[in-house]
Amino acid sequence: MLPTIREIADSLRRKETQPSEWMAQSLAAVRERDGAIGAFLTLDADGAVERARRLDGQPQTNPMFGVPFALKDNICTEGLRTTAASRILESYIPPYSATAGQRLADAGAVLIGKTNLDEFAMGSSTENSAFQKTRNPYHSDAVPGGSSGGSAAAVAAGLVPFALGSDTGGSIRQPAAFCGVVGLKPTYGRVSRYGLIAFGSSLDQIGPLTRTVEDAALVLQAIAGHDPNDSTSAPQPVDDWMAALERGVRGLRIGVVRTGEEEGVHPGVQAAVDAALRTLEGAGAEIVEVALPHAQYAVASYYLVAPAEASANLARFDGVRYGRRVVGETLTDMYERSRSEGFGLEVKRRIMIGTYILSEGYYDAYYKRAQQMRTLIRQDYEAAFERCDVVVTPTAPTPAFRFGEKSDPLQMYLTDLFTIPANLAGLPGLSVPCGMVDGLPVGIQFVGRAFDEATLLQIGHAYEQERGFPMPTPEVAGQ
Amino acid sequence: MQITHDTVRDVARLARLAVSEAEAHALAPQLSAIISYAEQLQSVDLTEVPPTSHPLALMNVFRADEPRPSLPREVALAQAPDSDGGQVRVPAVLEG
Repeated sequence: MLPTIREIADSLRRKETQPSEWMAQSLAAVRERDGAIGAFLTLDADGAVERARRLDGQPQTNPMFGVPFALKDNICTEGLRTTAASRILESYIPPYSATAGQRLADAGAVLIGKTNLDEFAMGSSTENSAFQKTRNPYHSDAVPGGSSGGSAAAVAAGLVPFALGSDTGGSIRQPAAFCGVVGLKPTYGRVSRYGLIAFGSSLDQIGPLTRTVEDAALVLQAIAGHDPNDSTSAPQPVDDWMAALERGVRGLRIGVVRTGEEEGVHPGVQAAVDAALRTLEGAGAEIVEVALPHAQYAVASYYLVAPAEASANLARFDGVRYGRRVVGETLTDMYERSRSEGFGLEVKRRIMIGTYILSEGYYDAYYKRAQQMRTLIRQDYEAAFERCDVVVTPTAPTPAFRFGEKSDPLQMYLTDLFTIPANLAGLPGLSVPCGMVDGLPVGIQFVGRAFDEATLLQIGHAYEQERGFPMPTPEVAGQ
Repeated sequence: MQITHDTVRDVARLARLAVSEAEAHALAPQLSAIISYAEQLQSVDLTEVPPTSHPLALMNVFRADEPRPSLPREVALAQAPDSDGGQVRVPAVLEG
């Protein structure tokens, strides 16, 4: 089990260890345990060893220095295969690196490899990967969640101290909850999306999966901020998130959205979230009830907006300039064959939903209404934030489900009902482990005001300190 | 809204996807279920509600109009499945 970023950084600062030793430990963990988990699609062992070796003996410049990490395989890495877990990009080697990953590399963090995901980040279990299954480190029959399932499993199993994921409708927070790690979706625009293979461009956001809230703050500090290469990245100044951690929760108002059987919430999940709220109340936070009356329409809106944007974004995969080409008699033949053989079934479903609702005569009935609902959901949050500083729900209604359990696409979509509203409103969300149900982890989700990651991290960190019980280590992670 | 097998074929053509008969039969009820679920938005009064197309209200993001380096041609072409003479090659678009 690799220690946290903080522990590695402290050890490097005291010169007790060198970056190479941590890299060796991380690679050994992957070789020993990833066969049982399947978190990695591509491992760059030689490159990682070499990059770490070059840092040995150098002065530590910041907490990321010399720390091994992984990237979800929809984040482009120059010279290193990036597949989005799709056959259409099976041998794609990007000519440039995503800003978020580059900023980590510039800070001295060492990339070890690329993690599995649902194809093009479309899914909630990582079962839609064209290449392999990723297993939940806590139970080999359970999914790791998705779409950033490989990143969550790699961190939970102690293969790397942290990984980046992307979150379009919950794809960082839900796998974090299922795998018992911390997942942060920053505010839309907080982290550059340059080099992230686009899915839903008005929803996508890159963020960290870590073992502690403090580590999430450290990673956010390294990757956040405006990027001239992403015109949708926000000009807001980057906060000092480490300072925010120590503020405690006294006087903070936590808005609780009542959930229950109606939303399909497992009683054990509800109990764990309620216990976490009592812990926070005991630490001095004030609990108030709030309502998000339009959140019940979030899944319906999302599964119109996201496929619409996806159908446009994925038009670029046509077998012409990059990616898989299947030869055809005519140009149209070539497009159709390349796309049909290159995309998996869920990706085709979403492209078709998107194409359908954007087609003539249906736009006003579907896409426009979904965007109007988005406004109402945003306004719900604005009203809630008049009365509280964060809004709390379970991250997911149940613990991790079994492989094949959600074979109906719509049933799979409904598992994201608590995470989707924050994407529609562009708000930051943080999932923190808050207990175990049937041997599987459960997460509590905090959603904050736009660009107020500080309060999320502050509450999440305080909760971790006060939780009073350690999250059990998955057996597969060893000691 | 019932999405028929024929609609699936039409939409597939628009999306440049070749869908087999078997796939079209499987997709029709799945797409119908998803669209039917989304129909619950029809029951909410949304008149006068402005649409949100984007959560960040950024307007007119420009950069200085100055030449700057871009990917060298050979790098840009390196991932093309077929190229010739510094250009991407595709099947003939026009007869002739």
